[in-house]
Amino acid sequence: MTRALLALASGALFGAGLAVSGMADPVRVRAFLDLFGAWDPTLAFVMAGALLPMALAWRLQRRMPRPLAAPGFRLPEPRRPDAPLLAGALLFGAGWGVAGLCPGPAIAGLAIAPVPAAIFIAAMTAGMLLQRAAAAALSQRSRKGGLPWTSSA
Amino acid sequence: MAAFAHAMPLGGLFGGVMIGLAAAAMLLGLGRIAGVSGLFARSIGVAPAGAPWTVALAFVAGLPLGALVAAWAAGGIEANYPGLPALVTGGLLVGFGTRLGSGCTSGHGVCGLARLAPRSILATLAFMASGFVTVGLLRAGGLL
Repeated sequence: MTRALLALASGALFGAGLAVSGMADPVRVRAFLDLFGAWDPTLAFVMAGALLPMALAWRLQRRMPRPLAAPGFRLPEPRRPDAPLLAGALLFGAGWGVAGLCPGPAIAGLAIAPVPAAIFIAAMTAGMLLQRAAAAALSQRSRKGGLPWTSSA
Repeated sequence: MAAFAHAMPLGGLFGGVMIGLAAAAMLLGLGRIAGVSGLFARSIGVAPAGAPWTVALAFVAGLPLGALVAAWAAGGIEANYPGLPALVTGGLLVGFGTRLGSGCTSGHGVCGLARLAPRSILATLAFMASGFVTVGLLRAGGLL
């Protein structure tokens, strides 16, 4: 219960931050990526603002034996970058550019522009299911799945 | 300065700090990465492993709740959405790409970058570059 409430509060602060920073506006986000149009640098300020407390949090994290409200840290193990990571990021970036939306602002957008946000989220869900299906099909077919689209991470 | 007429440096910085504090609360409170694509996938049952389902669902539900409060406090939030083809194409690519690449702007771009994780640095450079090129191509093709 405590954990769910903390997650809810964190999500709400995150969503409020997206709205306050202008990142809930897809056209503004896309304008950051639009170097040859009316370029809008706002997203760079948002990144800078978010990285500051998060960098401090990582410093604190190294000195903490466990998180405040959970038995242990469950964090991604350091791994080498690989082909699925790169291919996924490139595809994600293309979608981000096309719509001006990434997952956070799209979900927060349900409170601001419910219909287009829901359409984007439905398509995003379909994309996630497609990736899972493709990964399952290809890992079954290839003995040693070294192909970039076989990741199921 | 006319090119930056619509920029909101202060609002961006302030909202960014809120996002960073929210991610810090997930890390120091629950020991988890505040990666929206992963938590969303977990909340709808697409991801086989990850945060507890209740934690994922609560975080995802908090996003529109917080945006609603902010919109109410600010007397409205500007949001201009693209048309149906861009929403569907973009959504499919974002869904497929974030699962394959294990994260999005929040997990890689905020949490991982702040941790100086090599995978997140590469992912962030890649999705930024891809975004710039995609929007450049859309503009060159007269679609913007």
